[in-house]
Amino acid sequence: MSKTKLDEINRNIYDIKNKDEYDFKIKKGLTPEIIEEISKQKNDPEWMKEFRLKALEVYNKLELPTWGPDISELNMDEIATYVRPKTGLSNSWEDVPDDIKNTFDKLGIPEAERTSLAGVGAQYDSEVVYHSMKEDLIKQGVIYTDMETAVREYPELVKEHFMKCVPVYDHKFVALHGAVWSGGSFVYVPKGVKVDIPLQSYFRLNSPESGQFEHTLIIVDEGASLHFIEGCSAPKYNKVNLHAGCVELYVKDNAYLRYSTIENWSKNMLNLNTKKAIVGKNAKMDWVSGSFGSKISMLYPMSILNGEGAKTEYTGISFAGGGQNLDNGFKVVHNSPNTSSLVNAKSISKNGGKCTYRSLVRINENAKNSKSSVSCESLMLDDISISDTIPTNDIRTDEVEFSHEAKIGKISDKTIFYLMSRGMSEEDAKAMIVRGFANPIAKELPVEYAVEMNNLINLELEGAIG
Amino acid sequence: MVPGLFGNLKNCQINPEPLATLETLENLAILETLNSRKEIEMSNKLLEIKDLYVNAEEKEILKGINLEINKGEIHVIMGPNGSGKTTTANAILNNPAYTKINGSITFEGENINNFKTDEIARKGIFMSFQLPEEIPGVSVTNFLKYAKNKMTGKPVKIFEFKDELKKYMDELNMNPKNMDRSLNVGFSGGEKKKNEILQMLVLNPKLAILDETDSGLDVDAIRTVSKGIEMFKNDNNAVLIITHNTKILHSLKVDFVHVLVNGRIVKTGTQELAKEIEENGYEKYKKISAQ
Repeated sequence: MSKTKLDEINRNIYDIKNKDEYDFKIKKGLTPEIIEEISKQKNDPEWMKEFRLKALEVYNKLELPTWGPDISELNMDEIATYVRPKTGLSNSWEDVPDDIKNTFDKLGIPEAERTSLAGVGAQYDSEVVYHSMKEDLIKQGVIYTDMETAVREYPELVKEHFMKCVPVYDHKFVALHGAVWSGGSFVYVPKGVKVDIPLQSYFRLNSPESGQFEHTLIIVDEGASLHFIEGCSAPKYNKVNLHAGCVELYVKDNAYLRYSTIENWSKNMLNLNTKKAIVGKNAKMDWVSGSFGSKISMLYPMSILNGEGAKTEYTGISFAGGGQNLDNGFKVVHNSPNTSSLVNAKSISKNGGKCTYRSLVRINENAKNSKSSVSCESLMLDDISISDTIPTNDIRTDEVEFSHEAKIGKISDKTIFYLMSRGMSEEDAKAMIVRGFANPIAKELPVEYAVEMNNLINLELEGAIG
Repeated sequence: MVPGLFGNLKNCQINPEPLATLETLENLAILETLNSRKEIEMSNKLLEIKDLYVNAEEKEILKGINLEINKGEIHVIMGPNGSGKTTTANAILNNPAYTKINGSITFEGENINNFKTDEIARKGIFMSFQLPEEIPGVSVTNFLKYAKNKMTGKPVKIFEFKDELKKYMDELNMNPKNMDRSLNVGFSGGEKKKNEILQMLVLNPKLAILDETDSGLDVDAIRTVSKGIEMFKNDNNAVLIITHNTKILHSLKVDFVHVLVNGRIVKTGTQELAKEIEENGYEKYKKISAQ
């Protein structure tokens, strides 16, 4: 049987487990002593240590969310929050230890850096092991570095923005993040600078029973523009791993930021990530998101349209297989006149997987003349899979255009028969329908990620049809 | 004589030594002629349906259909609504929604009763759908390129392929922009039908079954469909047109007309038969089938 090229990828690349070797692994659980130890290990300045301890207090006070997927299996006493890999930070792949470098090689990161990226950051467990950016961007004053370096070298910028967009009391896992965060990327694009080629960070969690808590802080100053790509993966272990990262994005007046994510965490991961953007006057924030991995995902990127004429778009797809519960969505607050938001969300579920689209559209009293258009579509590949849409629309002024459209469907036997009458097997037919369904999202992704997404879809569909 | 010859030569194929005698060589020549004649006979026959009974949702629809289609022929099955026309097409393609109760469908000498739809398609049978399905996110070009690759098992060269597509779309008065649109999504009824004819031309089957392709079309569109059929048709393939009206037969010459009423073919004739039905309707044949 002839197979298309896309079928022939090695499904094991995400599952390579390196030996759990580390320089330092913190004791499991959470106490002020553990937080102080992390802080010491990381050479935090005093203000950051205080911040962490305060965040821990908030964490202990807050309750688990009472809605959404059941995450009671998460036992923080079993999760190591800080694992330092056996390497320092380097700006040359040559200096990265072989096993770690091989992992990123297999994920195609150095290759992508050579061909299509302006800069790359790579995080392994809790620390960033590689960071590099093209010369000309450095000359233009663009800063792209790991978060720890930013705390040391750009304290004013960091203090002004760090966990101001996403405050620690937002929810329990943000507080946790504030206490134990490690790694992540810091980007500053100065006024008027347009970064034409994307920057990319790749987060890899190797160590079992641990958490990844990277902090991404991006400031795109007035009139500047940036495309930032984030990729995530981890091998599968039997024990639960936790990802509670935090992404804070500041898109100043007239600036543009596009933030693309392909998340393919292993299917034992609890992905409780928080992402938020504050969007200034006539600025635009675009989110593109592909969510394939994780056992449970609760991820609702948010745009706060603070400046007049601010715009945001969210384009996202979730693909849940058996045992996965992906509770994803988008939140937007219209806080000024003439703001607009456009949402195009899709989900695919199969083999008993569950996808929920949970969203918030809030248009405040002062946001006259604003527009919001939400479309979400779900496709279920069998009778045992579940799909749900839970929108919250809070609209406080009449002078708006608002629409919400939701469609839930299945692949019909008629469609399969039609495609089979054109020479395609049942498997080919289903894959074509699913790829077509996902195509509007794939088109928004960088090319190599679109290819990866197609690969993932093919992988997910292999053996799914009996 | 002939069966004996077969016997001898069967042996000599297993054991080539007897070839040495002149007599055997002569026999071999005769056999070759016989074989090639047989091949011609065999190869002329594309489709043979024998005593076919088919149910749809437990209801008996086809009640003993017999039909033979040879290369180079255009057949028409006509009949009133509900007579079993679409069921016949779907049964040939083995749509799982229809159940064969009895009888056989043979294509190029091979019983295809239980073949999967895609296998039947790859054998060379195409069906133009009455209501073509919409496939969002898959462009006409990509869809056809993929289908062609599956049909031929060979990679499709994209530039040549696009040229071919453009040529056919031009002939069929199709908007070239449709190439990049999602398959059938937002297409008008007429555009969908033309798109089916386009697929027939690109996939180039041995037997094309056109299920109500002419229905709901205006005169110009029917002419375009006829033109597509003429472009497709040659001495090595065949067409089976399924329709409830006779409009398409004004612009197309056909070889056989079969009247299907109540799950049976009650009359077979030439184009003249279609004219008669156009004038008098199906009443007469309904009476025959009721007897």
